[in-house]
Amino acid sequence: MSTPAVHHDPALRIVKRDGIALWKNWLIRLIAVLFALILSGLFIYAVTKMNPLDVYKSMYDGAMGTSRRTWITIRDTMTLLCIGIGLAPAFRMRFWNIGAEGQMLVGGIATAGLMIYLGDSMSTPLMLVVMAVASLIAGAVWGILPALCKARWGTNETLFTLMMNYVAIQLTSYCVALWENPYGSNTVGQINQQTRAGWFPEIFGNSFTLNVAIVLLLTVGMFLYLRYTKQGYEIAVLGESPNTARYAGIKLSKVIVRTMAISGALCGLAGFIAVAGSSHTISTSTAGGRGFTAIIVAWVAKFNTFVMLLISLLLVFLEKGAKEIASQFNLNDFASNIITGIILFCIIASEFFVNYRVVFRRRKEVGPS
Amino acid sequence: MKKLLALLLALTLVLGLAACSSGTDTSTDTATDTGSTTDTGDTADTGDTADTGDTADSGLTPESISIGAILVHDENSGYDMAHIEGITAACEALGIPIENVTFRYNVPEDETCYDEAANLADSGCDIIFSDSYGHQSHMQQAAAEFPDTIFVACTGDTAATSGLPNLKNIFPYTYESRYVSGIVAGMKLQELMESGAVTDPKIGYVGAYPYAEVVSGYTAFLLGIQSIVPEAYMEVQYTNSWYDQVKEGETANALMANGCVIIGQHADSTGAPSAVQAAHEAGSEVYSIGYNIDMLSVAPDAALTSSQNVWSVLYQHTLETFLAGEEIPTDFACGYADGAQTISALGSSCAEGTQEAVDAAWAGLADGSLHIFDTSTFTCQPAADGSYQVDDEGHVTQAFGLDSDGDFVNDTGEAIVDGYFAESVLRAAPYFSLRIDGITELN
Repeated sequence: MSTPAVHHDPALRIVKRDGIALWKNWLIRLIAVLFALILSGLFIYAVTKMNPLDVYKSMYDGAMGTSRRTWITIRDTMTLLCIGIGLAPAFRMRFWNIGAEGQMLVGGIATAGLMIYLGDSMSTPLMLVVMAVASLIAGAVWGILPALCKARWGTNETLFTLMMNYVAIQLTSYCVALWENPYGSNTVGQINQQTRAGWFPEIFGNSFTLNVAIVLLLTVGMFLYLRYTKQGYEIAVLGESPNTARYAGIKLSKVIVRTMAISGALCGLAGFIAVAGSSHTISTSTAGGRGFTAIIVAWVAKFNTFVMLLISLLLVFLEKGAKEIASQFNLNDFASNIITGIILFCIIASEFFVNYRVVFRRRKEVGPS
Repeated sequence: MKKLLALLLALTLVLGLAACSSGTDTSTDTATDTGSTTDTGDTADTGDTADTGDTADSGLTPESISIGAILVHDENSGYDMAHIEGITAACEALGIPIENVTFRYNVPEDETCYDEAANLADSGCDIIFSDSYGHQSHMQQAAAEFPDTIFVACTGDTAATSGLPNLKNIFPYTYESRYVSGIVAGMKLQELMESGAVTDPKIGYVGAYPYAEVVSGYTAFLLGIQSIVPEAYMEVQYTNSWYDQVKEGETANALMANGCVIIGQHADSTGAPSAVQAAHEAGSEVYSIGYNIDMLSVAPDAALTSSQNVWSVLYQHTLETFLAGEEIPTDFACGYADGAQTISALGSSCAEGTQEAVDAAWAGLADGSLHIFDTSTFTCQPAADGSYQVDDEGHVTQAFGLDSDGDFVNDTGEAIVDGYFAESVLRAAPYFSLRIDGITELN
């Protein structure tokens, strides 16, 4: 209940909500999306004088217009989601892992290297297992290093993980020069294009079945891990208050290192999925900024891996849609990125209305206006 | 409760997607089917027409042809702008409505390129172009999957070795315009040295990557300069990127700090000319030779000229052949003689007599009397790997044409013909990668 209106009461006040009904929570988000669509519609019309509905339709076409496009959207959603899942435990622990980009790249390097050197020497399932394990280890190493330094010397993990990205990017450049094909071209090209050794096999007639299977498994697994295990609880306590955790007898350094090993390993696995499951090549753009985008995914979803699925899908959908309208309407990519920006902004801003309510002096209203 | 709802929502979403995709599956299947049947008709016709010489029933008309174009950047990059203009001009010349061309911008050199190529093929494109070297291997994957669609990887080099009949490479004789822009630079350098403003004839070059396409270009550039100022020499620094405005500017600054007087470039942005213009305004005697686009807008005083590819000539030739129902050559390259090479308007800072020297060079290239990689004009150190042979004076007598796999075994023919290195003859993409004396690679 708000306080009764008195003379000096401001015209509009912001009050923190104690709780919010679930339907209201989702209604606010729905309104935010609709509001964003109207806002970008106005933008589209102001700039291009085109019918916003046509533009939205073409965005949908770009992301899901054909079965191939739908699968590409699903594939990219899965890769982004995998990184998001990897980041979730670290962020839950309030460990700012900005290094997903690098962890993914080293996982990708491990995968690509094995693909090149193992070639046809073993069966595909065995090779996939070897590559997956290698990428998990590579990513874990990249994650453990900053965690060890944080646990031992209290280094700043934000800077440390960020810097590890640049090391990984340089390492990738080096490997690209090492593995370039054709010789001298500075691109690796598609590895094993003829034999397809080490590529994700087609299952049920689709090449991306394995991507989906692995990541959905991780989605469920991470959800359970964070909610229902002792380790997940330790992570949550440590994230809320390190002192409480220490008081409760949780060994901080152990939890930090263990959690970052998991976080880095899963980001490394995302590199494996990106290389063996979709690009079949390695370059400095293999991660392509997704390590940073996944931070949004993890935060907006508040580490609920199932909500992450929705957010990843939304982001990938918007990205594909933006590309399509750039092509169809000869809009520059920047114009379509503005639309993506408006939609994201509204969704993130809607969190405000989920957590707070606006109270007017005379009448009481709830929700965005 | 919250969890449950989230779970439910996620599940509905996944199921919805699955339903969606299976729903669209059938429609695309039929779409692809019809696409392939018409296409098979085309190929059959192509065979017939090639035999009979009757080009009337190739099945494709300028109105019905559908073209896809995959670009690594957008119109802000000079290189991609040259391709956009090239396709547009070719279509105009052939009466193809520009609506028949689908441009896909900012396609990185990874699986995205395959996705885009496959999407374009799905949507019924008859011929698909990609403009960057790194697109090639992903175009190749798409070409293997869509045998009835033609895939042209511009500046690519593996069409012949891929064994795919529907994968093609096109590449202009860029080294020609590089050489002629070198003459413009040489004339300026000569003027500066005669006036005493410059004593050390040092040239700088902002290169993208250390491979044949770039090496061939900067060697031709220096040979052009040396045809005027024989003692000129050059430092090359690579940016390891095709398009990086900041890095190209920094590299140009580093080269100018080393004492380079003229900065050439094989990189796609205006970074280097802008940096040279700034140094010029600050009082340095430095000038810039650009690439792809006229740099006078960003460097009105420092820009001398830019070497330019006229891509429309290659696009027009390819599309014309395709429309006529004839077999598109696996490798196609041409140069000034066919109008595919030019340099941009000479800047106001150019030396007197430059236009005459340029005209003379073009004339020599047109009638075949001028060979840019004449082995008597440059020397090399003996090869450690046996990929070429030199005589006592260092002039190259034998060189591998193609060694695409890097095993130091010559894969095709001999490159040295009649005393010159025959560039872009064995395949469209450049393969001159000899490191000649007088050029130092800094990184």
